[in-house]
Amino acid sequence: MSSEWTIDGVREALAAKKLSARELTADFYKRIGERNPELNAYLTLSEERAYAQADRVDALVASGKPLPELAGVPVAIKDVISTRGVRTTCGSKILEHYVPPYDATAVERLEAAGAVILGKTNCDEFAMGSSNENSAYGPVRNPEATDRVPGGSSGGSAAAVAAGLAVASLGTDTGGSIRQPGSFCGIPAMMGSYGRVSRYGLIAFASSLDRIGPFATNARDVAAILKVIAGRDSNDSTSTTAPVPDYLAAMDRPVKGLRVGIPEEYFAGGMDDGVRKKIEAGIELLKKMGCQLHEIHMAHTGYAIAAYYIIATAEASSNLARYDGVRYGLRVDDDSLLAMYRKTRGAGFGAEVKRRIVLGTYVLSAGYYDAYYLKGQKVRALIAQDFRDAFTKVDVIVTPTSPVPAFKLGERTADPLQMYLADIYTVTGSLAGVPGMSVPCGRICGKLPVGLQIFGPAFGEANVLQLAHAFEQAGGATL
Amino acid sequence: MKITREDVERVAELAYLDLTEAELESYRQQIDDILEYIGKLDELDTANVAPMAQVLADDQTADATLREDVVVPCGVAAEILQQAPDPKAPYFRVPKVIER
Repeated sequence: MSSEWTIDGVREALAAKKLSARELTADFYKRIGERNPELNAYLTLSEERAYAQADRVDALVASGKPLPELAGVPVAIKDVISTRGVRTTCGSKILEHYVPPYDATAVERLEAAGAVILGKTNCDEFAMGSSNENSAYGPVRNPEATDRVPGGSSGGSAAAVAAGLAVASLGTDTGGSIRQPGSFCGIPAMMGSYGRVSRYGLIAFASSLDRIGPFATNARDVAAILKVIAGRDSNDSTSTTAPVPDYLAAMDRPVKGLRVGIPEEYFAGGMDDGVRKKIEAGIELLKKMGCQLHEIHMAHTGYAIAAYYIIATAEASSNLARYDGVRYGLRVDDDSLLAMYRKTRGAGFGAEVKRRIVLGTYVLSAGYYDAYYLKGQKVRALIAQDFRDAFTKVDVIVTPTSPVPAFKLGERTADPLQMYLADIYTVTGSLAGVPGMSVPCGRICGKLPVGLQIFGPAFGEANVLQLAHAFEQAGGATL
Repeated sequence: MKITREDVERVAELAYLDLTEAELESYRQQIDDILEYIGKLDELDTANVAPMAQVLADDQTADATLREDVVVPCGVAAEILQQAPDPKAPYFRVPKVIER
C-alpha cells in the first residue's frame, strides 16, 4: 500500500499543526524499519540529515511564514545521485564506501523546496538493468507481489513509493529505468525531456541518454516534483534555458480534442495478452474522455533496442573508465599500476557492468566503429525523426510502457538479450530525447500493475502531465 | 560467429578489466548473441543519414556551451582526498610507474 500522504496533504497537515515534520519523518522511518528488511528498497538511511531538515521545516511552521512547495515531504533518492555526506554506492561494490563531497543539483533543489531526504534507494549497478537484480546489494522485491521484481534500474525508488516508504522519489532513466519500474509497481513515473533536469551530481552511465525524474503516487505530485528540479543549472551545460512552465496550473485543462497518436509498431507481436487487454481498455477510456485518436506509424521502432545497446554501452565504457582505484572507491593492490587497474575493475564491477564495458569497448574499437557506433548514431537520427514527424500530426503518443508485467525474481537473469528486449517500448523515447511518462492502467487479474506510456514532444511535459492527470481522474488505474 | 575469444581478451585489455576464464567464455557467447541481434540494423540504408551527435536542437543550446571564465572558490580538496584509497595530501598515491 502506498502511503495516504500527498504533497499538498503534507503541507496542509503541517500548516494546520496536525503533526510536525519531525513526527512525520519519524513515522516514515518506522514504516521503513518494518517493511524494508523484506523489500530491500533502501540501501542507506540519512536520518541525521532528514531530522535536521524536518526541524528547519518545523521552525518555519512555528514562525508562521509561508511554507515552500515541498515542505516536510519525505522523499527517497536513487543511489546513483550524489548526496553530500551520505554514502552513494550506485549499487556497486566499487563504490561501497563512497561519500560524495557535494549534492546533485536535483537534491539541492528538493531540499531548498523543503523536502526531507530519507535515504538512498537500491538500483541495478550503475543503473544497468531492467529488474534491479544487478545490484551488488541484493534485489528489491516488488511491494505489489513480493516474489516478483520491481523493475529497473530505479527499482528501489519505485518500490519505496509504492510501499508507502516515501511520498515521492527520484530515479534516473537511460532506456526506461524510471518508466518501467513505475509500470511494474503501479505508480506514475516521469522522464522529462533531455536537458529539462540538471544532471550535475548524477553519476554517469550514458551521458547522451541519462535523465533524472520523479516517482510519486499521483500525477499532480509528479508535476510538483518535476517543477522543483527542472530548469537551467550553470553546473550542467546540457541543461537548457527553456522556461519551466507551471505544470500544476496546466493540469486541469480539458483533454477533449487532444490529438493522441497510437503507433501501430508498438502493438506488434511479443506483448503479454493481459497487458494488451489493459492497454486497449486504456485507449478506449481515452476515447471516452474525448481525446481524438489517430493511428500513426513510427517505422524505425523495431531497430531501437539494437541502436540503444550500441550507444549506451559505448558511452558506459567511456564513463566507467574513471573507476581506476586511484581517486575514489575500491582498490585491489598490486605492485604494477596497470595490474592494479585491471584487478580493481575486475573485482569491483559486477557481471552486467563488465559485459557492457566489453561490448561498449568493442563497438568503439578500431575497425568496428563505423559498423556499429556510427550506424547506431544514424539509426538514432531516424528514430528521432519518427518522433518529430509524429508530433506534426498529434499532441501526444500513447503506447504500453512494457510488453510484460513484473516478472518473477530470477526468471530472466540467464539471458541478457531477453532482458534487454523488455525495454523495447521505452528506449525509443530515450534515443529521441523526448519526455515520457508511465501511468497506472489497471491490473492483470486485479494484481499485477500495467503501465500506459505517454510521450510528448521535446519540452512538451505539460501536455503529458495533463493527460496523465485526466486519465488518473477518469479511473485509469482501476481499469 | 561475430566475436572470438581473442576479441574479448583484446577488448578486456583495452578496458583494463581482469576477466576470469568463465567470464571470458560466457561474455563471448552472450555478446555474440547481442551482436547477432544488432546486425538487424544492416537492413536499414543509412548512406544518406547524418549521425545524431547532439540530442538538443540548436535553439535549445544557444547559451549552453559558453560562460564567463570566472574563478570561484571550491574548498573540497581535503574531502575529495579523504575518499581516495591511498592519499598523501595533496596527492593521490599509485604504484610506482617509473623505475630508476
